[in-house]
Amino acid sequence: MPEIKVTPLGAGQDVGRSCILVSIGGKNIMLDCGMHMGYNDDRRFPDFSYITQNGRLTDFLDCVIISHFHLDHCGALPYMSEMVGYDGPIYMTHPTKAICPILLEDFRKITVDKKGETNFFTSQMIKDCMKKVVPLNLHQTVQVDDELELKAYYAGHVLGAAMVLIKVGSESVVYTGDYNMTPDRHLGAAWIDKCRPDILISESTYATTIRDSKRCRERDFLKKVHESIERGGKVLIPVFALGRAQELCILLETFWERMNLKAPIYFSTGLTEKANHYYKLFITWTNQKIRKTFVQRNMFEFKHIKAFDRSYADNPGPMVVFATPGMLHAGQSLQIFKKWAGNEKNMVIMPGYCVQGTIGHKILNGQRKLEMEGRSTLDVKLQVEYMSFSAHADAKGIMQLIRMAEPRNMLLVHGEALKMEFLKGKIEQEFNIDCYMPANGETITVSTNPSVPVDISLNLLKREMALGGPLPDPKKPRTMHGTLIMKENSMKLVSSEQALKELGLNEHQLRFTCRVQLQDPHSDLDTLHRIYTHLKSLLKGYTIQHVPDGTVMVESIVIKVSSSAEDPNNKVLLLSWSYQDEDLGSFLSSLLKKGLPSGLC
Amino acid sequence: TNLHLTKQYSCFVTCFFSQIPHEEAPSKKLRLSKPSKSAALHVDLCKASNSTDALQYLLQFARKPVEVESVEGVVRILLEHYYKETDNSVRLKIASLLGLLSKTQGFTPDCIVDDAINTLSNEKSHQVLAQLLDTLLVIGSQLPDTPTIRLRLIHVACKHLSDTYFGVRNKCLQLLGCLGTLETVVNRDGARDVQSIISDYFGDQDPRVRTAALKAMLQLHERGMKIHQVIYEQACRLLSDDYEQVRSAAVQMVWVLSLLYPESIVPIPSSNEEIRLVDDAFGKISHMVSDGSWMVRVQAAKTLGSMLQVSPHFLVQTLDKKLMSDLRRKRTAHERAKELFTSGEFSSGRKWADDAPKEKLDRNTVNLIASGACGAFVHGLEDEMFEVRIAAVEALCQLARSSPSFAEKCLDFLVDMFNDEIEEVRLQSIHVLREISTHITLREDQLDTVLAVLEDSSRDIREALHELLCYTNVSTKECIQLALLELLKNLNKYPTDRNSVWKCLKFLGSRHPTLVLPLVPELLSTHPYFDTPEPDMDDPAYIAVLVLVFNAAKSCPTMPALFSDHTFRHYAYLRDSLSHLVPPLRLPGRKQVFGLDSVDSGSGSASVESAQLFLQQSLHRVSTIQNLEAPEARELLNFTIRDLQRLGELQTELAGAADFCATFLRCQLLLMKALQEKLWNVAVPLCLKQNVTATAAAQQILEETYKLEFLYSGLESRQVATIHHVQHTHTHAGFFLPVLFLSELPHLQDSFMDRVCELLPRLTSCKPVEMVKILQSTLRQSGLLQLSLPEQIHRATATIIEPTGESDNPLRFTSGLVVALDIDATLEHVNDPQNTVKVQVLYPDGQSHVIHPKPGDFRKPGPHRHRLITQVYLSHTAWTEPSQVEVRLLLAYSSSSSSSSSRLGWSDGADGVIPPSEATVEGTIPFSKPVKVYIMPKPARR
Repeated sequence: MPEIKVTPLGAGQDVGRSCILVSIGGKNIMLDCGMHMGYNDDRRFPDFSYITQNGRLTDFLDCVIISHFHLDHCGALPYMSEMVGYDGPIYMTHPTKAICPILLEDFRKITVDKKGETNFFTSQMIKDCMKKVVPLNLHQTVQVDDELELKAYYAGHVLGAAMVLIKVGSESVVYTGDYNMTPDRHLGAAWIDKCRPDILISESTYATTIRDSKRCRERDFLKKVHESIERGGKVLIPVFALGRAQELCILLETFWERMNLKAPIYFSTGLTEKANHYYKLFITWTNQKIRKTFVQRNMFEFKHIKAFDRSYADNPGPMVVFATPGMLHAGQSLQIFKKWAGNEKNMVIMPGYCVQGTIGHKILNGQRKLEMEGRSTLDVKLQVEYMSFSAHADAKGIMQLIRMAEPRNMLLVHGEALKMEFLKGKIEQEFNIDCYMPANGETITVSTNPSVPVDISLNLLKREMALGGPLPDPKKPRTMHGTLIMKENSMKLVSSEQALKELGLNEHQLRFTCRVQLQDPHSDLDTLHRIYTHLKSLLKGYTIQHVPDGTVMVESIVIKVSSSAEDPNNKVLLLSWSYQDEDLGSFLSSLLKKGLPSGLC
Repeated sequence: TNLHLTKQYSCFVTCFFSQIPHEEAPSKKLRLSKPSKSAALHVDLCKASNSTDALQYLLQFARKPVEVESVEGVVRILLEHYYKETDNSVRLKIASLLGLLSKTQGFTPDCIVDDAINTLSNEKSHQVLAQLLDTLLVIGSQLPDTPTIRLRLIHVACKHLSDTYFGVRNKCLQLLGCLGTLETVVNRDGARDVQSIISDYFGDQDPRVRTAALKAMLQLHERGMKIHQVIYEQACRLLSDDYEQVRSAAVQMVWVLSLLYPESIVPIPSSNEEIRLVDDAFGKISHMVSDGSWMVRVQAAKTLGSMLQVSPHFLVQTLDKKLMSDLRRKRTAHERAKELFTSGEFSSGRKWADDAPKEKLDRNTVNLIASGACGAFVHGLEDEMFEVRIAAVEALCQLARSSPSFAEKCLDFLVDMFNDEIEEVRLQSIHVLREISTHITLREDQLDTVLAVLEDSSRDIREALHELLCYTNVSTKECIQLALLELLKNLNKYPTDRNSVWKCLKFLGSRHPTLVLPLVPELLSTHPYFDTPEPDMDDPAYIAVLVLVFNAAKSCPTMPALFSDHTFRHYAYLRDSLSHLVPPLRLPGRKQVFGLDSVDSGSGSASVESAQLFLQQSLHRVSTIQNLEAPEARELLNFTIRDLQRLGELQTELAGAADFCATFLRCQLLLMKALQEKLWNVAVPLCLKQNVTATAAAQQILEETYKLEFLYSGLESRQVATIHHVQHTHTHAGFFLPVLFLSELPHLQDSFMDRVCELLPRLTSCKPVEMVKILQSTLRQSGLLQLSLPEQIHRATATIIEPTGESDNPLRFTSGLVVALDIDATLEHVNDPQNTVKVQVLYPDGQSHVIHPKPGDFRKPGPHRHRLITQVYLSHTAWTEPSQVEVRLLLAYSSSSSSSSSRLGWSDGADGVIPPSEATVEGTIPFSKPVKVYIMPKPARR
């Protein structure tokens, strides 16, 4: 039985350093190559020694696929390709290819320049790595080699995020990466066709959550900002550079436009500007609204949002500022926060989760006095709001995707074990399919039942169609006669004559002959005639001939009569038929064995 | 058509002769008479040396129409050629031509049915077969009432259903759908009825055939056949088909069955329970709202809206989405908002753990796959495609209108949609909320969300919202205060919304008098001991407050006691200047200043009744006019007209009817004058001299009648006929002038004046003198017509809101260039304004321009109401002084309301020119007060 093997090197019952190995139809594929945010040691990257202890990975991998540009999905890529060694193709979508190196470079800077780590990949390595990338378009089937093909589907989540269908012959696997089934302000919803893969590998970050409508959250967010602005307050929104930041920008930009507001919105510069540039370019990857209005105006060419300068923070009057990083632990967002924290008219909106220990986490938990470096304390008087804008599919979304793709097996990654357990149970119950949730390093084997394609000759098919009913009934299998020829990795079904011709063989006739003893007190000729009339009355629709030379022919079956020397009443019938008429021949012999009915003349 | 034929024939002749070298051949063509079309075709086809040529000839032939008489001949030629032809494409073209030919108007294709069926028997090519079946479909639908032919065609269809080519099967199914009835057909599987034969193909291997089978079944339904309930199960199975067209058709099929058998009981698979079929279907279609294809989603969402028979608890499920976080039950934002509101701490702001999950959920009870209707609308309203969202909003509206409890529930969701990213969706949801608002009372937090939209920069959105607020019920006085505050903010931000805001407050006040009452001192800033400064009467915001208060005071007699002196003065002023916004009030201890008030302040319906009575009486009085002498009659008419005009001013409900009657009587008066002045009783030569005055009179009368016909909506045909009668009479008045005779003849067309029509042949042939005599007598006989009082008559009116014409600052622009003038007008009771309403600009030098606004400039804020917001471009040569141009709206009309000249041609060749209907008279009626705009074109600077 052919098998598909899946082994997560990362993201197995865990979130972070997504890296999943798939062996399908003799091909080995690596899905994502991410880093783990939580570790600073070797555990940061997937353990590539699982693939090979020493030497390069090129010989063991047919291709690498990166689903999107988040570092937990692509962070280890230069390390794998340049430091461990991999020269094969790396597939990713165009936006991912464009944005990925920016993030990798940023990541490298922080680790090497700020934390002073050595033995880390260099800028050159990132460049070299990106040279190995082959871009993918949505819904385009790409042949990695003669047998392995890939097809990308839209996944929402972030710009350029894709789900990938991997197909070898009739076996297939879908890897979702991270995806979002509800559209947001700048991206559409994930979509896949009914591709019925053998395994669907899905993320399960929100396996135990069903989320409320996005609209309420958006409205709340806008209302908060609007009210604060009207009071004359300043609003700080700490964000990470890519993804949610753009969504919130679009949200505020359109709101400003709609409501004719004049207060300035600023965006802290740096990374984001470059990223915004790519958002402008890849308009086709965004949602319906942005794509439609693109003709009049590119929505990412913000009218109301301007670049931020440090000095602006002291300007009087209301303003909104997006600043990095998102958890208020360092950098510009923290500086601005310190400046504004004392005024109760101001507001800070945390658009995402904050790790314990960060200032973001503290203020969200209601702490009103913060200890700063240098033993000073900061009174937090400004309003603190929390708005969750997350772009992962929730439990319902995951179920919806399963319903869309109709997989034969399900495999969950990128989530917490306990939550996965719940979803696994639900999936098995609702869809009646097997669901797996391997831990890192654990291999799941799924045996497949691939169909073997056989070419059939048109003549044979037409002949069969003419024989049977007019329409092939897709629900009922039908038997047919033919010769299966296996030649050079291909199989075809042809008629026996053609097979003989192709193989250069002579036809051998195979005839069965059988004697049937019969008690009949008539002359041989009369007996023969009696047999003739008997068969004629029984076998309607067959050609039965009484040939003058003393034989009866039923189709091609020959029946002769001779009487034995001792007993003239004891007739011996000689039946002879060819192999092709086996059915009719054996039927006749058993029929004649029963003897002739007495009433025949 | 004749022209084409000769042309084509001449073509043919040219072709024909060009083969024989003959010099004078082309010159002959003009003398040739009309040939037989079929002969030409025959020659063409015989001449064709190969199939490409033949195809070319056929294609050419198809471009020209064939007249009815020669259709059959052409068909025979084509059929003859068909049997000879070996090339598939030519046979295909012939087959399609047969179909086109049988569609020729006036041709009954029963004579060619046999031949068409015969062609099928020997056809080998599947494509041609499909085309032939298509031809049969055309023939069959031309002969719906011939049962024998229908039956034969059904048999043919059944026979070819087993074809291997999908196109043939498709066409057969189409045939069955278009022609099948309840009868049974005998085929090789025994006797079956048409429905079960069609349903066999629900399981066909080709998705196109499956779709065609479903469509055929739907077609049967449309033709009134009752679909069997057994189909339901099969249709449901197709809902999970791989192909979107199939799923989409299946949704329709399931819907149709749910309409047919709403109350039958179907089992729920894998359980012992049973539910009503309509509920089951509703659940299944709800499921399709999260389908992979957006076309199916749109279809499903739309369909849901029309399933009004569904049980309430299923309906409520569509809005249900159980939230959980980390396996704990979570309340939705809607629930939280409601709770906060009821606990009295609304708008406390969200805290970090505000939405923290509550109780732990039993993991077995969590249902992730929405079974049935669960959350269908929640999904639909969040969909990626705005088409789906709009469909969902519309469906919500339909369902909510029939179920008040559901309306209450979907309120939160609709309010959420006010924040959609696409304006169309926002607008639609505002409209929907308005439509269902009779069922609902808005909570304060909901109102807050609604009012937030007032700041929207789109005028359409704001006005839709004002319209919504006019119909909204609120529960507390805080709500009124909030609404007023936001509306004033709106007024401040967008001063152009003035009228709309005032109107909105008018309704808000008259709807909630008791809620306004406690707010009055604060609103008018009165103080029990101190006099407060008198507010500025020109402040739109103050007027807005007053409008609210006065409208509330109308049904709250205690309120005026709270007014201060200047409020009464302001009331008097506003009652006069903005009478449509300020109702008449019975103010204690004050003289009724206006005579009008005493009429109106009585109970409304009674005064309408008495006015109606008055109208009737006036009309009755007029009807006796026949018995009066001319001067008295004229006087009576004059008085009645005056009365009616006054009545129209006083009683707005009857304004349309009164105006209509007055105009009608004015026509009569004019006619009478014309008769009495005996303009025509002069000798013919003199008549020509007289014609200036006569023409003028006739013209005036005609204009009035056009006004009658086109300015009023709600006329019954009888009244229109009456108007026509007057028109005719007038035309006759014009008869005595042969010049006018020709130009106004068209009005004779109406059947009403049979008498005149009978006379017509005589009239045209006789001399003018005799004509005058004849007409004279007919006119005398016709006399005055009795006008019965129409029930519902509305006068088309237009009011230009902008420009106001008040500005003293001229609009300056460089002469020769253009300047854009914004025009904002409301139109009432205008049918089809996109085609009839024009803008006229009159320059001081007598030049006038008529501008046709774009169709997109018209909006429809309410029934019988349109709004025109457009820009007109003015331009002129230089003036030395600023001067005024007049802008007004015109209503265009054309006297022949329907120009239904059907085309004779049957082919795609569209060169059959429709003759311009000679009978139309185009014209315009000004129907708005002109507005003067001060402009100043300056000479260009060098």
